[in-house]
Amino acid sequence: MENNEKTMLKEFAPQIERTGIQGYAWIVFLLAVIGLGLYAFIQQVTKGHVVTGMRDNVVWGIYIVNFIFFMGVSYAGALISGTLHLFKTAWRKPIIRMAEFITVISLLIGPCYILLCIGRLDKLHYLILHGRIQSPITWDVIAISTDIFGCFIFLYLAILRDIANMRDFEELQLPKWRKKLYKILSLGYTGTEEQKKRLERATDIMATMVIAIAIIVYSVLAWIFSVTLQPGWHSTIFGPYFVIAAVYSGSAVLILAMWFFRKVYHLEQYITKKHFVSVGLIMLVLAAFFGYFTFSDYLTKWYGSEKNDELLIQLLFKEFYWPFIISNYIGVLLPLIVVGIAKFRTIPNITLTAVVVIVALWLNRYLIVIPTLQSPYLPIQDSRIEWSIYSSTWVEWSLTAAGIALFCLLFTLASKFIPIVSVGGNTQEAKPEDVLV
Amino acid sequence: MEEELNNKKNSRRQFLKKGLLAGAAAAAGGGMLKAYSETPGSGEKVKVMTTNGEIMEVDKAMLKLPRVSVEESHLGIPGKKFVMVIDLAKCKNARKCVQACQRAHHLPKSQEFMKVYLLQDSEKTSPYWFPKPCFHCDNPLCVSVCPVGATFKRRDGIVLIDNNRCIGCKFCMTGCPYSTRVFAWKHYPEFDEDKEPYSPEASSPGKEGTVSKCDFCPDLIRVGKVPYCVSACPMGVIYFGDVDEDTVTNGTETFQFSELIRDRAGYRYLEVLGTRPCVYYLPPVDRQFPVDRGFNDLDESVKNRYLNTPYAKKHKL
Repeated sequence: MENNEKTMLKEFAPQIERTGIQGYAWIVFLLAVIGLGLYAFIQQVTKGHVVTGMRDNVVWGIYIVNFIFFMGVSYAGALISGTLHLFKTAWRKPIIRMAEFITVISLLIGPCYILLCIGRLDKLHYLILHGRIQSPITWDVIAISTDIFGCFIFLYLAILRDIANMRDFEELQLPKWRKKLYKILSLGYTGTEEQKKRLERATDIMATMVIAIAIIVYSVLAWIFSVTLQPGWHSTIFGPYFVIAAVYSGSAVLILAMWFFRKVYHLEQYITKKHFVSVGLIMLVLAAFFGYFTFSDYLTKWYGSEKNDELLIQLLFKEFYWPFIISNYIGVLLPLIVVGIAKFRTIPNITLTAVVVIVALWLNRYLIVIPTLQSPYLPIQDSRIEWSIYSSTWVEWSLTAAGIALFCLLFTLASKFIPIVSVGGNTQEAKPEDVLV
Repeated sequence: MEEELNNKKNSRRQFLKKGLLAGAAAAAGGGMLKAYSETPGSGEKVKVMTTNGEIMEVDKAMLKLPRVSVEESHLGIPGKKFVMVIDLAKCKNARKCVQACQRAHHLPKSQEFMKVYLLQDSEKTSPYWFPKPCFHCDNPLCVSVCPVGATFKRRDGIVLIDNNRCIGCKFCMTGCPYSTRVFAWKHYPEFDEDKEPYSPEASSPGKEGTVSKCDFCPDLIRVGKVPYCVSACPMGVIYFGDVDEDTVTNGTETFQFSELIRDRAGYRYLEVLGTRPCVYYLPPVDRQFPVDRGFNDLDESVKNRYLNTPYAKKHKL
């Protein structure tokens, strides 16, 4: 262990060794929210999907919106951490671990939401037993499971050095089982030249793979919508559009996580304004791309004004006016202004913008899924209001909250297991001036 | 002349019936039909209405249709290619097709395999009633997107669902551009009315968390009958038949399919989507009823569903 690593570990030791009252209260609160979600889930299983707001026209509701959202955040983490790694970006070190955790944690939560849409969970294994390669859902099953596998390997390789560091750090006040866990998980890594070289190569390969897989997976997810004939979905731009929207949302989540951990673990020394501005600039570029894709998509629909496209756009500008404005106007322009103009670039401003972007991107997915289902080719003629206009119920909202809580909980637990800022790194970036910026 | 025409019609009907029966016999090796005709009487009599509107008393056991296994229901009836023709000039939203279908398939009120829409193509064009079953497309997107093969296209053109296989992902519902499919959002008590074993050909009993839809009633076709909606319609709006035999019937009238489509300018709904439906429509010309007649004698809840249409709003119905 190098000296520099040791000092850093010493600094991170308290948050790993102890959890304060506030920390416990936070965990209990998260568990309570997850508990409510579990209760809602039991309601849905015992009483049927009738407890949700989904009906025959809007067959997919906010579950699918959450699914797209969490998967998007995950791919973004993969793309950002993979790209930063490959380009050996000097300032990446304090934030790359967070990006990796975002990837894996949201990748665990996202698919849960697709399960909530499934009417018969008891037959889930039919997806493999009777899987048909013609169906985009099968493509998704293959792609997502590959992605989970790949991202786990990538994360593991990325934290292996620090697991070994934790094992070798004898002053750490931890129960025996945890020390043993570090020993097992470190796979005998001691940092010899040969091991270093191998680890580096493996990480490089996985970083490349993860970028490729993330693009494929998110495109496949977009094709679930665009292979259908529904107005608003049947669009060739959806694959790249979803990929861009995903990375965009992920950059915002990364900024929020940076702000949060900086505050809670007092990482002001490691995560500086430079990091916020750097990730903010990534967000800015993505905002411009996202705005461009959104504009192209709606412009062609509006200009050609095919009957059903016109109805859909009318619906978006009438019943969904505010969500549309927030997601496709404010969600695009705000980062351009706040990060684009130098004097607005402060840490609170960038963080606040990130929060708006997260909300805007969630709404963007909502506006992709629900209005299209509410305006099918044959007009909905139904006297039951819930059959024609979707309105999500407490069950769906509880499970949405539970997903966010689970994300926070797993993130918190991960930060208790390994330093949230990467301690050990590759030789070319071990210079303290890089770490401390 | 008229007599001659009637004779011709009759002989066509005979021909169609024989054709359907032959198909059914071939499919079941004759054994199933025998079973149908030899079903022992339960002694319990029920009143049924024939397509002519006469009330008849029959043994309850006679009403039971034999149900083929899941494997057999995948194959379809050999040598057949079914087609439906709906004459929009005659529909007055009597809703007998909807009711007969729901009764026969043990559906709750909230699930309709057959839906009747009030459509108006544009502001200046005339509104019309539009009964819509499943179109049993020859290029069915619902079948393409199903991840587990729960919905399938048979040799006789019918698209069915096996609800034992269905995982309830609803992808087929978003795939269908005609809003044909329905989902069992909970366990409806009507499902329990059916005590027979499940068969995809009967689409009953329904199952919570799975998708179902209009099935063209292959269980009826197998015994030489036309689907429930066809026989229930008092106006004879719906014709059913075989494209290869080039014959369609509504139970009282029989037509040569190609002639009917040619003479009455038959078309398929939303041809532009390329799904190649097996249901044809005859345009609403020379109508037998004004469109307002369709608002008569409707339940409040059924009437309400049409009140949001541009036509109803304009005429303050």
